[in-house]
Amino acid sequence: MLLSLTAIALVAAAALAALNAVTQEPIAAAQQAKVQEAISAVLPAFDKIEDRDIDGKTCHLAFNQGGELVGAAIEAGNDKGFGGRIQLMVGFDAEGLVTGYQILETHETPGLGAKADQWFQRGNKGDITGRKPAEAVLGVKKDIGESGVDAITGSTITSRAFLDIVNDAANTFSSITI
Amino acid sequence: MKTSDIIKNGLIKENPIWVLILGMCPTLATTTSAINGMSMGLATTFVLMMSNIVISLLKSVIPDKVRIPAFIVIIATFVTMVEMVMKAYLPALYDSLGLFIALIVVNCIVLGRAEAFASKNSVGHSFLDGLFMGLGFTWALTLLGMVRELLGTGCFFGHSLIGGSDGMLMMILPPGGFIALGLLMALINHLRSRSAKKS
Repeated sequence: MLLSLTAIALVAAAALAALNAVTQEPIAAAQQAKVQEAISAVLPAFDKIEDRDIDGKTCHLAFNQGGELVGAAIEAGNDKGFGGRIQLMVGFDAEGLVTGYQILETHETPGLGAKADQWFQRGNKGDITGRKPAEAVLGVKKDIGESGVDAITGSTITSRAFLDIVNDAANTFSSITI
Repeated sequence: MKTSDIIKNGLIKENPIWVLILGMCPTLATTTSAINGMSMGLATTFVLMMSNIVISLLKSVIPDKVRIPAFIVIIATFVTMVEMVMKAYLPALYDSLGLFIALIVVNCIVLGRAEAFASKNSVGHSFLDGLFMGLGFTWALTLLGMVRELLGTGCFFGHSLIGGSDGMLMMILPPGGFIALGLLMALINHLRSRSAKKS
């Protein structure tokens, strides 16, 4: 009884260890590709990327050929979403204006909070691109009035958490020194 | 047992969702869209097939007293394999199903078939039972996902059919899952009993 269960467990462990060795690399590559894709999606054209840790956040500083800072993509997140953790990649240009964002991790409700992946993009209802959170902190209209951002219909909690993250990322951006 | 019986049992007569009503947790949670339901169904089919084969092969080796832990170890191994492969090669799908893949381990239908079928039947029959029980699970989940996606977002397999509308949001939220499941179950069992009366 003991022997057969041990044997089964051993074989299972060996099979999983083998498969883990095979898939480890593609898994890491897939995660890396996701980050890279997010960086190029949120930033204006750049020639070189330099990674740096600021305030515990991973920042990807983008430079042009002349070595001038053209913007930065900042990985930021919080646990205030309706479904918990939201992790974003937020892009800023050299002046600190939002150039775009990508969602790296989310557990929001499909059809409601999950719409955040499109809602705040350029040209959409809650467009945040071109705003400068360092000067005028972003918030939903319900909280801060007409200067605010349109919250996702039925998902004020998600919208608040999302805008908090963008503000947070903007603060980090302000503290970047070259 | 005849092969045709195994096929019919899995797909219709003893369909895991509509008749046995096993594995409701992933059924309600993952069918927010047709493609999610189908992927969950196919992942479960793979696990069912493989665990049925292995358990049927080992049925004389596994002592009766520890059969449940042994079954669970075997099932968990295949589930972890699916999880790792999906994470490596289908990261987008893993993002939407991730949590529920791990839950296939405790899906009653997998352990149910191991206990009720694979531990008593030949390897070939167990393989067929796993495959067709899995496909029965898959078509049920796909249908449920299709109905919920269509009513909830106006899309069919991700393609929008009615532009500019949000659909009935409730249908892709948990209450919509229960309502759609209940109505479909009633409809399918009505059709089943009608065809049984005829023959």
